Parts: sequence; structure tokens; C-alpha cells
Amino acid sequence: MNHIAFADQPQESMHHPQGFFSKYVWSLDHKVIAIQYGVTAIMVGVLALVLSGLMRLQLGFPDTFSFINPNTYLQFMTMHGMIMVVYLLTALLLGGFGNYLIPLMVGTRDMVFPYLNMLSYWTYLLSVIVLMASFFVPGGATGAGWTLYPPHTLLPGTPGHELGIIMMLVSLGIFIVAFTMGGLNYVTTILQARTKGMSLMRMPLTLWGIFTASLMGLLAFPALLVAAIMMMLDKLAGTSFFMPALMSMGEAIDHSGGSPLLYQHLFWFFGHPEVYIVALPAFGMVSDVLATHARKNIFGYRMMVWAIVIIGGLSFVVWAHHMYVSGMNLSFGFFFATTTLIIAIPTAIKVYNWVLTLWRGNLHMTVPMLFAIGFIFTFTHGGLSGLFLGNVAIDVPLADTYFVVAHFHMVMGVSTVMVLFAAIYHWYPLISGRMFNTALGKWHFWVTFVGTYTTFLPMHYLGFLGLPRRYFSMGEAAYVPESAHSLNAGISISAIIVMLAQLLFIANVIWSLKKGPRAGHNPWGATSLEWQTPDVPPKHGNWGEKVPEVHRWAYDYSVPGVKADFIPQNMPSEAVEMEDDSPQGERS
Amino acid sequence: MVLVVILVLLVLGTVIFHFASPWWFTPLASNWGSIDTTINITFWITGLVFVAVNLFMAYAIFKFKHKKGQKSHYEPENKKLEIWLTGITALGIAIMLAPGLFVWASFVKAPSDAQQVEVVGKQWHWMYRFPGEDGELGRTDPRFVSEHNPFGLDPQDPAGQDDILVFSNILHLPVGQPHKFWLRSQDVLHNFAVPHFRAKMDLVPGTVTRMWLEPTRTGTFDVVCMQLCGTAHHAMRGKVVVQEQEDFDQWLASHPTFADTQSRAYRGDQDIGRALYATCASCHGQQGEGNQGLNAPRVAGLDQWYLERQLAYYKDRVRGYNDGDTYGQQMAAMMAVLPDRQAIRNVSAYMAAMPETQVTPTITGNTARGERLYRNFCSDCHGSDGSGNYHTNAPRISGQQDWYLERQVTYFRDGIRGLHPQDSHGNQMVMLVQGLRDEQAIRDVVAYINTLD
Repeated sequence: MNHIAFADQPQESMHHPQGFFSKYVWSLDHKVIAIQYGVTAIMVGVLALVLSGLMRLQLGFPDTFSFINPNTYLQFMTMHGMIMVVYLLTALLLGGFGNYLIPLMVGTRDMVFPYLNMLSYWTYLLSVIVLMASFFVPGGATGAGWTLYPPHTLLPGTPGHELGIIMMLVSLGIFIVAFTMGGLNYVTTILQARTKGMSLMRMPLTLWGIFTASLMGLLAFPALLVAAIMMMLDKLAGTSFFMPALMSMGEAIDHSGGSPLLYQHLFWFFGHPEVYIVALPAFGMVSDVLATHARKNIFGYRMMVWAIVIIGGLSFVVWAHHMYVSGMNLSFGFFFATTTLIIAIPTAIKVYNWVLTLWRGNLHMTVPMLFAIGFIFTFTHGGLSGLFLGNVAIDVPLADTYFVVAHFHMVMGVSTVMVLFAAIYHWYPLISGRMFNTALGKWHFWVTFVGTYTTFLPMHYLGFLGLPRRYFSMGEAAYVPESAHSLNAGISISAIIVMLAQLLFIANVIWSLKKGPRAGHNPWGATSLEWQTPDVPPKHGNWGEKVPEVHRWAYDYSVPGVKADFIPQNMPSEAVEMEDDSPQGERS
Repeated sequence: MVLVVILVLLVLGTVIFHFASPWWFTPLASNWGSIDTTINITFWITGLVFVAVNLFMAYAIFKFKHKKGQKSHYEPENKKLEIWLTGITALGIAIMLAPGLFVWASFVKAPSDAQQVEVVGKQWHWMYRFPGEDGELGRTDPRFVSEHNPFGLDPQDPAGQDDILVFSNILHLPVGQPHKFWLRSQDVLHNFAVPHFRAKMDLVPGTVTRMWLEPTRTGTFDVVCMQLCGTAHHAMRGKVVVQEQEDFDQWLASHPTFADTQSRAYRGDQDIGRALYATCASCHGQQGEGNQGLNAPRVAGLDQWYLERQLAYYKDRVRGYNDGDTYGQQMAAMMAVLPDRQAIRNVSAYMAAMPETQVTPTITGNTARGERLYRNFCSDCHGSDGSGNYHTNAPRISGQQDWYLERQVTYFRDGIRGLHPQDSHGNQMVMLVQGLRDEQAIRDVVAYINTLD
């Protein structure tokens, strides 16, 4: 072989960065890039969280805060949604965790295209900067709703219809470029750079989740990109892709023949897979957290892998369930309701297998474990409420009500964030080399878990009542009883408590970075490769002299007859210490 | 152990919350009971799964929490169990899906005896159209839309001439009669939703969408827009009044056909109006310039459609209904001089043609703050220059006397004006001025409006 991929190069030939800038800023190291991605995503996520708090202030206590008016409310709402879905969740799960974990878990020194990887982050940062700048252009950020449905997105009567929307579309375009560079890297690294012995069916589920999600992203984001480009042309070049002939505030506009529904199809062809682009890495990571802290193999590994792949595939044929009452041909409802409910089967299998992983386990109630269990609870809830909305006839009364808001926050917001916290706490000792404060972590869990549930459970019932979403205020309506307004105030208080509790998390992460006790090598006793590096945290090149060789799958926990309750993936069979007659050693 | 207790409590709490919740579907008022049934089936199945999965998980945590010397059971797979679980899940899914698809089949196809009604949405109002005697709705096109043809009906289409037009957010329907709704938007996406009916559908510009339902009981039900349509989306409301057939017929007969609205008389006659105005002039002035001492606002410079609507409101006590609005009540009492709708049209036509008169500002305030407030709360409908907009049902406010504006905004805010059930435009105004919380905010806005023109 003439060419040796970067990832396969021996340690000596890697150019270790020397200066501060090449080490921490213009870094090619996937771990540094992961942290850059992660920190940026969390910072912009905190902003989105604050925006949601402002919305809750208005909804819980209408007309009390003079800086929130119908325009700013819609802007907060739009930016909150877009940031959370795209710039936080997608970026943190794939750019953050994907970057950090892929090379370590497959047993290689870095991504196969490190320069592209670095470029991916800086491009992502640019997209974030453009997005933030949109708050400050004349007219402010777009308030069209995160779905950016035309025509109102481009017309007077919606905040940011001039410059705000252009900034948003440009930012999305840049983000997609960044994602494509990252996604190609993730997929290629997993396919090409796995170390000796790491067959696909030996990979930890985290990798399966990230792999499938990246592949889906590469197929789905282009739909959003073309939609953004077409909308931009409608706005700037006078085309009519999405703009039919219409009157805007009594004035005829200069478009005709376009279809607003075309946009919705393109958007949701991206938008539905996007839900799983976020969910699948979370599914994978939570599986590994559960297995590690239950000291038990993940139940039904092969079924779990196939479920990820099948969900990924099916997610491309369910998009129009977001459009049952959009005015598209009503007969589509039969097809999309059927595919949507079928996708519930592999999803349900995953839930069963997570729960069955706990069964007959040896459950260590660590902070990551608590969050992982919180995930199962909230995901079950959110998944089941999806069966209402997916079933086309039931969707009719519930569409565009608070039931929808409650559903997608439970399934995509809360449950995914539960996994993110589980993952951050789980891998924190590896990334920082220090242990976080357990007591603070537990408090963070309790307030977040119980608080988010009491925030979103009652919202479903406002939806049954028929409260529309995206309302600045409900005002007086005969069908809305006074008690619903009190309930809204209660939801707001609950949400604000949860928001404040995140300070515990931030404080914990920052404080432990310097003051936390040294974590040492593999503190959780995990089997997968990322915990088997010679240094903690792993150094540039990850593996020191020799990349590891894999001898087993990622879930050899509590193997009968074996002395320790886990066998690392890179431990050859002959090195495994078998049980003697004495009682086995206790893992602390 | 805390986790086990909390999980069990959350499951129990969820079940209790569900059964104790006063927040539930509004009482059904249409034929879509089958939707409610499907929801109940789904509720039972998903509810059982939710309780079972989470209680099982809580039990597993209780039983297998780490203890000294404990070791996990090693069992990578259990084919039999996995196949069983998959099978049972598939069965549960089928039980939920099948009735849903049957209900959807009936939703897709309207019965052949359904009557037609058209709903037109525009930022941020509803209008309705019935097909008239020929049973056929006339063709429409956005390029026909004007102040005199708000529905955009094709004047050449004979089918449209007898179409009955309802220029109001309030729709009436006869009980027990299936209706096919044709939904049409003139500008952006909207969604016509009536929670009591369970049915809803988007309005999409460039196309006509549809749904059908049969109102099954009389009463008044809220219409809400459920597809984000801009700043005042939350204030795009309406009502459906379901009534007996004869009451409905009477209501329908009180509305003009398209041909009526195109007639000369419908535009009003200024010459007849001039004679009628003689009485008005004693307070509002010969030039329509208004008189602050008599609490009579300027009427010159206002549009005919607005004058007409307000006079009709006074006549029907839709305005001036509240004891707090003494001047409005005075005005309502004066309406005896205008015996019918045609008289109102004529006098409005005369007033609308009056040359504009200058007013003297009496209110000062922080116009910079006023401008900010105006941009956020007023300009989308009333226009950035305050010239008003027929299509948003917003009257001209620039050049109006500031003391009058201040009083009316205050009335709206306090519900002294605009809360009458027949005044759906006023209802909207009540919602939209709630952001002008204090007196100073109102004065600042009015001071800013003084600078427009």
C-alpha cells in the first residue's frame, strides 16, 4: 500500500502540535474539536434555554413583562426551536460526542480527514455567528416559527421577514456545509478506520447510533439546503418556488404559481429524519451507559442494531405525518399513518431491551445511570404520545395544539437531554481526567427529571382542551377555563425552576475541572475501547505506541466464570482472569 | 431507593392527573365522535404500556440495585422473548391503527348531501361564503381582490353572482346538516380550527383545501387559527353559531349576495347622505371636524367601510353597550335618525367624501417610545403611516384627534369597547392592546400617532 491513512499512521509519524494555538485553537485533534463543538453548542443552547424561559414568562403571566410583545415572542420561539434542534442537539451529539468517541471507540488515532474535521467546526462556528447576528439586523431575527413555512416567512406581518430570514437561511446553509464535512468524516472513519478485530457487529451501540445518524444527515440535510436556497431565491431573485399569487395586507405581490406545500414536503423530508438524527446517537449512548452501570450486556444487541438501522430507514418515509392537516391530498394520510405506526415497533423493542438490560443486573445508581433511567421514563412517555399524533384521525384534533408541543419536547427535548447529561457525566472522567461532584449531580438530576416532567405532562392536557401552540397569549376564549391559565402559570414556574437547576450542572462541570478528584483509569469499569487508552485524558494520537486490537464485543459484563465483572474489548481471551474458588472481588 | 419511590409516584401521579384533570376535550359538537373513540382506544393501550413499562422498570431497580457480592446475569439474547414482545407490540399497533384508518376514510369522503360553505382566511380575519340558490360557488382569483370585492370573486362568472357573503368572523351553521368546507387563504397559511368540532384544516394560498363535518348541537363555538400566520396569529379568532335551520335561514337572508355588493345602492348615495348628516353636524361639525367639548370625534378622513360598520354597531348596540362608555351610549341613542342600513351607507358615503380637516394635538409624550410601541402593536394592521387598511379591518388613525384615540384605546384595553359578542373586530382589538399596559404607554403611542401624516 502506497498511501497510509492518517488514522493508521504509527505514533512516531504524527506531528504533535507544539504551540497553544495549534494545540487548542486550530487543532486537528478530534478530541479538541469535539470539545470546541460541545462548548459552542452548549453556550448557544443556554441562550435558547433562556429564550424559552422568556416565552414561559409571557405564557404563564401574560402582559406582565413589557419587553415581550407579539413580535419578540415569535422571534424567541423561532430561535429557541431552531437553535435547540439544529445548533445544539445535532451539533452536540454528532459534532461533540461523535467527534470525541468515534476514533476512540473504533480504536484509531484520529478521524480519517482531520483537516476537514477542523474545518467542519470553524464552519459550524461561522453558522452560529451568522445566526446570532440575525438578532441585531434591522427588523430583528425571523419570527416565522422554526419550520419557516412560506409564504408568511417572507411577507410583512411576520417579524424579521426582510433581513432576519435571510440571515437564518444563510446560517442554515453554512451549518449544512459544516455538517456535511463532519458527517462524511464520521461515516468514513467508522467504515474505514476500525482497528483490527472491530467488526461492525462488535461495535458499541453508540457507534451504531452515530453512524446511522450521520448517514441519515448526509441524505436529509440536502433537502433542507435546497429548500433554503429556493426560499432565498424567492426572497431575493423574485422566483416563485414557494410563493403563489396572493395578497399581502391587501397588496398583490409579484409572485405566482409557487407551492407552499412543496416547501413543507422538503422541510419535513429533512425534518423527520432530523428527529432521528438526534435520537439515534442518544439511543446508542444511553445503551452503553445503561450496560456499563448495570454491569450487564445490553439485552438483545443484534436486535438493537437492526432496530437502529430500520428506524433510520423508515424515518425517510414518514415525513408527511407532520402535514396531515396541511391541505395536502388527504389520501396520503393512509400511507403515512401506517408507516409512522410501524416505526413504533422497532422503537418499542428498544425500550423493552433497555428495561430488560436492567432486569437481573447489578445496578449502580450513579449519576449517569439516573439520567439514563430518566431517559427511559420520559422517552416511553414521549414515544407513546407519538402514537396519538401519528394516527392520522387522532392527529386532526391534536395537530397544532399544546399536545404537539408537549409530545416533541418530551421525546426530542427532555429525553434527548437526559441522554446528553447521562453522557456528559459518564464520559466526564475520561474527557477531563477528573470526577464530578456526585451530590451536585444527583440534585441536578432530581430537579431536572421531576421538573421537566411536571412541565410537559400538563401541557398534553392543554392540548386535549384545544389550546393552540405558537400563541402569544390565549386571551379570552369561551372554551378555555380560568383554570387553564393557572395551569399555564404552574408550568412556567416549573420550567423556570428546571432552568435554574442547570446552574448546578454548569457549576459542577467547571468546578470539577480543577477541583474534582482524579478519576484514574476507567473508573466505571467499562469495556469499550475509549476507556482503555494509556493516558487519561487520552493524548494526541490516543493510543501511545500501539493501536489496540479488539477481541470481543463491547458488552462482556459479568461474564460467568470470569473474575472481574467486565472484560475490555481489547483483552485477549488468554489474558482474562478466571474465577477461583474465593469470593469475587468487589468493584467500588 | 429514592428513584424507585419517585418512579412509582410519577406513574401514579400521571394516572391520577389524567383522571382528575379538569382539562380535557371540549364537549363534542360534531359528528366526529369516532375520533374521540379512536383516541380512547389509543389512550387505554398506551396508558397500560406506560404504566407497565415504568412499574416494571421501578421493580427491576428495586430488586437488582447493587448489593455487595451481587453479579449480573449474563444473557446476551433471548429470541423467544424478543419475538413475543415484537408480536404483541405489532398487535397493539394494529389495534390502534385500524380504527384510525377507518375514521380517516370517512374524514376523506364527504357525504353526498353535504352543503357547501367556504371559509376565507386573511391576516388576521375570517370571512365566509355560501353558494346561494344555484348551489355553486363562483370562481375566485386573488387578482380580483379589492375593497369592493374582498372575496376576489370573478365578476364574469354567473355562478358567483348569487353567492352570499359574510363579512364577519362569525359563521352560522344549521344543526344536523353535513357541511363541506372549502378553505381558501388570500395571503399566508392559516388553519380553521373549532375545538368542539374536532376537525381542522390548513388554508393554503394558491389552492383550495377541504374538510367536512356535521354540527350536532346548537350553541356558539370558538374558531381559532392554528397555523402560525404572523404577529397577530393569536388574535385571529372567530365563532361558529350552530342554530336551528329556520334561524339559520333568517341569518343567511340578512347577508348580501355578491351581486348586491356590486350594486350602486350598496356604495351609498352622497346626496341623500348630505341631508342625513345635518343632524350629525350639530356635534361632529359641518366639516366633520369633530368637537372635543362635545366629545364628538372627527369623522372627516375616515373610510366609508369603517364609518358604516361603526354606525351599524351603534344602531345594534354592539358599540355603546357598556355603561362605562357614556359617550358611546349617547351616540347609540342618536342612531334613531338613521332608520336603516341604506341610510347608514348613504351618510357614510357622504362623510367619507368630506375633505380632511386639521386637528390640534393635545397630548404630548415620549414619541421615541411611542414609535417602538406603535411598531410592535399597531403598524402591521394600521400601517406604518397610520393610514389604515381595509384588508386588515384597521381604520385610519393618523390625523385623528388624540384625545379620542387615547379614550378608545383605553376603552379597548378595559373591555368597555370591543367585547360585545357581535364585534369580532373589536374583540381582536381588545386582545391586541393588552400590551399597552399603563396610561403613559397609551399617551406615548398617541403622541407618536400625532406625528404621522
